[in-house]
Amino acid sequence: MGMTISEKILAAHAGLDRVVPGEIVNAKLDLVLANDVTGPVAIQEFAKLGIHSVFDKEKVAMVPDHFTPNKDIASAEQSKILRNFAKEQNLKYYWEAGRVGIEHCLLPEQGVVLPGDLIIGADSHTCTYGALGAFATGVGSTDCAAGMATGEAWFRVPESLKFVFNGSKFQPWVGGKDLILYIIGKIGVDGARYKAMEFTGEGIKNLSMDNRLTMCNMAIEAGAKAGIIEPDEITLEYVKTRAQRDFSVYISDPDASYEKVFEFNTIDIPLQVAFPHLPENTKSVDEASGIKVDQVVIGSCTNGRLEDLKITAEILKGKKVHPEIRCLIFPGTRDIYLEALRRGWIETMIEAGASVSTPTCGPCLGGHMGILAKGERALSTTNRNFVGRMGHPQSEVYLCNPAVAAASAVRGEIVHPREVVNHG
Amino acid sequence: MGKAWKFGHDIDTDVIIPARYLNRFEPEFLADHCMEDADVSFAKEVQAGDIIVGGKNFGCGSSREHAPIAIKAAKVKAVIAESYARIFYRNALNIGMPILECPEAVAGIENGDQVDVELITGQIKNLTKGTTFQARPFPSFMQDLIKAGGLISYVKENRKNA
Ligand code: SF4
Repeated sequence: MGMTISEKILAAHAGLDRVVPGEIVNAKLDLVLANDVTGPVAIQEFAKLGIHSVFDKEKVAMVPDHFTPNKDIASAEQSKILRNFAKEQNLKYYWEAGRVGIEHCLLPEQGVVLPGDLIIGADSHTCTYGALGAFATGVGSTDCAAGMATGEAWFRVPESLKFVFNGSKFQPWVGGKDLILYIIGKIGVDGARYKAMEFTGEGIKNLSMDNRLTMCNMAIEAGAKAGIIEPDEITLEYVKTRAQRDFSVYISDPDASYEKVFEFNTIDIPLQVAFPHLPENTKSVDEASGIKVDQVVIGSCTNGRLEDLKITAEILKGKKVHPEIRCLIFPGTRDIYLEALRRGWIETMIEAGASVSTPTCGPCLGGHMGILAKGERALSTTNRNFVGRMGHPQSEVYLCNPAVAAASAVRGEIVHPREVVNHG
Repeated sequence: MGKAWKFGHDIDTDVIIPARYLNRFEPEFLADHCMEDADVSFAKEVQAGDIIVGGKNFGCGSSREHAPIAIKAAKVKAVIAESYARIFYRNALNIGMPILECPEAVAGIENGDQVDVELITGQIKNLTKGTTFQARPFPSFMQDLIKAGGLISYVKENRKNA
């Protein structure tokens, strides 16, 4: 029997001809990453190993993105630990404010992660890189420390779930965010626990890389170990100018085995809104219509990429953010920010009355730059709407795509974008 | 032996230790805010030896190891849940925080019951109700990890032998 793309990547990195789900393998890593929250703990654990240098200074990335530019003294101390470690170890991949971006936007953009890679990251959204055809999974700080020391990690080979999107047509403004929210709404926040989610079909073939990154980003919100998409022309076009090393393209065998196959017609999927306090509480935007919000957040490792900013600017063009709304926009990286600036989109946003920030995780995790007060409600393009995620435990977060977010910022309540775009 | 603190399904790492405290990572500091967004009284009242009981998918969400660290530093003896989110499960084992999977025990324990856990055998006793449950055994590789005292000791051990 054949193997899935995930099984092939794990087998290749474990030096085996084949692996089967359930098997535990020890495998070689192409990249280990951490951020300013998980990194300091990993560095502390690394020190306990009594090993003086990381396994490969070109295969460890430290990304200070969560509380940076540092929000207070305590977070500045954490960043300092990361900075000192990066310097001591002479790491190739470390960036300071002004050049740094949100890790899961930055690493694909800079060609640090590539198709066929096996990656662990001390951040749950490490699964984002599956969009490039890599097997990438989130771990904690101790696994990260062991990975930095040995260049290896143990993996239980996951069962794969296949999600087939039939048809190349989408409803207007529907993007990767809606497809993944729709799936999570169907299978629940533990519907893919421990599994690899493989996204395929004509709908995915017609999806841009930015949208694919959004989809794989939220695989963890269904409890998955990884989200993954086979590389195709769109992938190769994306990595062509970015890759600075060799990479391998793996695709699933036609007779690979899946624990379950789900099929959807792409055209049937409407714009989605996830209600508090779980990403599985999805409804169509029409069912959410009229809910008043205090703050709209556009950005994050889910929807902080160029296409997301393009849609946002298109909707905000010539309009004003509702007087009672704070609309906060966080470009994912410096390059995204700069390109949006050159194309005039940042000007459009600021003229509309939005606040545009330097790249940071900021409010996504309730870190800084837009925390909610008691009783406040946000509509956000981020990935989690848990209790207290963006501030006070009695605040609320609704999740959606950038088109819905931008239109709702104009209207002052959740609205289908067609209402704002047609009626000015 | 200790008191059972019972929580619901999908207890995420954001409520176990909210991000507003992630600008620090000292275990005692994290323990002071453990479970804060699920139950503000927990960190104040929890006693050494108490047990956390959760539903399905305990520890979902962020990869922050701060979550099991906070629970361990709050001197909770063990977590018993119907099932665990993958990263939390791995993190807890890696740092030596005992976690047990046992849907029957979750169903048979009420908030405030006196519960004891035998970590080696996985036997769970509800002393209030006089019932006993058996948790699922760990896969053999994980038993090795636990025996070694967590991942860091395991890696050290293996490097010595290599
Ligand atoms: S943007 Fe949000 S979800 Fe993404 S890495 Fe930052 S905190 Fe995590």
